[in-house]
Amino acid sequence: MRKLLSLLLITAVTFGAAAQVKEIRVLLANHPYGELLKTAIPEFEQATGIKVNVESLQESQLTTKLTTEFATNLSSVDVFMTRPLQEGKMFYKNGWYEPVTGYDFADFPKNAMDVVTFGNKTYIVPLVTEWQVLYYRTDLFKAMGIKVPSTFAELEAAAKKLNADGVSGFASRGKGAAAVTQLSSYVYGYGGRYLDQGKAVFQSKAAVDGIRFYGKMLSNYGPQGITAMSWENIMPLFQAGKVAMWTDASVFYGQIVDPSKSQIPAENVGIANVPAGPKAQNPFIVVSWGMGVAKQSKKKDLAKEFLAWATSADLAKRGMMVNITAARNSAWTDKDVLATVNKGLVQTRAFAAKNGFPLDRPYMSAVGEARDRIGELVIESIATAGASKNLDAMAKDKAKKVDELLEDTGEYGK
Amino acid sequence: MVGQNFLERNLRFLFPLPAVLFVGLMMVFPVAYTIVLGFTGWNLTSADTFRFVGFRSFTRVFEEPRFLDAVLRTFEFSALAVAVETTAGVALALILHRNFFGKGLVKLLLLLPLVATPVAIGIVWNLFYDPNIGLLNYLLSALGLPPSQWVYSPDTVLPALALVDIWQWTPMITLISLAGLAGLSSEPYESARVDGANSAQILFRITLPMLVPTILTAVVLRSVDALKTFDIIYAMTGGGPGYASETLNIMAFKFSFEYFRMGQASVVLVALFVVVLGFSLAIMKLRDWAEK
Repeated sequence: MRKLLSLLLITAVTFGAAAQVKEIRVLLANHPYGELLKTAIPEFEQATGIKVNVESLQESQLTTKLTTEFATNLSSVDVFMTRPLQEGKMFYKNGWYEPVTGYDFADFPKNAMDVVTFGNKTYIVPLVTEWQVLYYRTDLFKAMGIKVPSTFAELEAAAKKLNADGVSGFASRGKGAAAVTQLSSYVYGYGGRYLDQGKAVFQSKAAVDGIRFYGKMLSNYGPQGITAMSWENIMPLFQAGKVAMWTDASVFYGQIVDPSKSQIPAENVGIANVPAGPKAQNPFIVVSWGMGVAKQSKKKDLAKEFLAWATSADLAKRGMMVNITAARNSAWTDKDVLATVNKGLVQTRAFAAKNGFPLDRPYMSAVGEARDRIGELVIESIATAGASKNLDAMAKDKAKKVDELLEDTGEYGK
Repeated sequence: MVGQNFLERNLRFLFPLPAVLFVGLMMVFPVAYTIVLGFTGWNLTSADTFRFVGFRSFTRVFEEPRFLDAVLRTFEFSALAVAVETTAGVALALILHRNFFGKGLVKLLLLLPLVATPVAIGIVWNLFYDPNIGLLNYLLSALGLPPSQWVYSPDTVLPALALVDIWQWTPMITLISLAGLAGLSSEPYESARVDGANSAQILFRITLPMLVPTILTAVVLRSVDALKTFDIIYAMTGGGPGYASETLNIMAFKFSFEYFRMGQASVVLVALFVVVLGFSLAIMKLRDWAEK
């Protein structure tokens, strides 16, 4: 009896240990690329014998979860999806990313590498590139004889014409902090920026003009309650045929035309460049998601094996087939991909890659709070249809607050 | 043997020990630790670790205009929700206290909102409230009333959120009041009837005065919860539009898990703690006074 028990114990311990060695914990985002990985992970498990424990979270909750786990030094996370522009600086400063070594980065564009490299080391592998586009209803455009707007003035005229009973002429995120990324291309169109050389510059006349235009468009032609709406509120409206034009990230195309979710047939959805502002046509084009290995991981070899697979050119190509816009260059020259993927995506990417700006938010450690501050301006602008008399003073005040945040984190003027 | 004697001699310390440990670890320690954190500048974005900075976190929070707004909003939301809940809850209890056909079923139905998950409630109510494709505006327009933006406008967001709280928590006041009604002695009623009192007089001169301590208990329980409301507000608006529904608890969440200013978030939580504690003490004093 005793022998049997000890035998059982030994087997349990060995198997337990074996299972422990060949197991990793991966945190993914609720994002099309995360969904792609979830369906593909069984193949990885079969090929390598590594068991992958996956958790998926909504993007801001993912940041929160990673931060609390890493900050308390109790994390068992091995690999995670991460947003370089949102948390990259902060995670790097806190030493939470393991440097990615021995990885071939030749397939990635230079401006993508810029935001994942700190000092002379790379910490994140870029996964997804997003740029801003204008989604529009080709059927409504045709019915009213409107051509695709190429300037802000034409955008406004089109929105005015399309804005009819039950259909909003134009939509874009209006929910404070969430709107900051989509507002950026409008600010750039007027020649403004959020930050310049480590200082807040969104109080400049150019930037404020961009914020006013954005507020005017949403107030006059946007859906009801737009100041509480982000993409997750606008997409269902677009899918239900309640919105005629919508500017947001390119990544949503796949979901917009998904026949199981949308009442609008794919052929009625057009994609175009965000129109040119009075000064420029610089849509943002950013590395929205990447993947990293946790510094605290105790299984870095397994983690790196997973990282190499999850960020491979093969998976990037598979993503492209379902309109997930990969960061890798090779994914955009593949013949199969070019035959399948929406032409509008290919064209707008080519335009943004050439003319775009590689940031869509104030790029700093305290970005969450800075976005809230700029978000206050968005809400004020929408509430007054862009005519607020306070907006200039408010912008100055918020810029000062953002400068203080930059000082707090030692990034001011850098 | 010696050990046993020792145990027996010290039983009066030993038996309360688990309770003392529990209260110490689960209640006193977190509160004390939060207060200590309030004196640090702990901020994850700046890699600024556990460094004591005196009252700096306090002054920075108090200087923030959002803070006072959040305090007032916390009271506004709670007062609105609890006032309606108490009135409606007691009224329902008085109706349910009589015998009628289907009483058991009605009581059961009343329990349902209480056991529903707040986040699920929030999502469903958000669908009702949607100003473009929501049910409520459809109903309003069917009745010929102007549409509202509900939680999607800063002007209406607090009452709209309070409505959800009212929908969920009125039954709790009803249940507590029903228990109180069942416990009232029947003698005053008998003598009142002998003296020829009508039912309005019985209600306002006998039932309600005797029920006041119970109602106040229910109000304390509800108010403490309402002041601390997090789930419904976070799930439905996240404190928005802008900061229009940002209560102290939501503000503390944003400061800690979105801005990563742990020191300042602790200050907000200490403020919430003081608010809740002060309010509870005041109501308890009121109840003592009512019982006299």
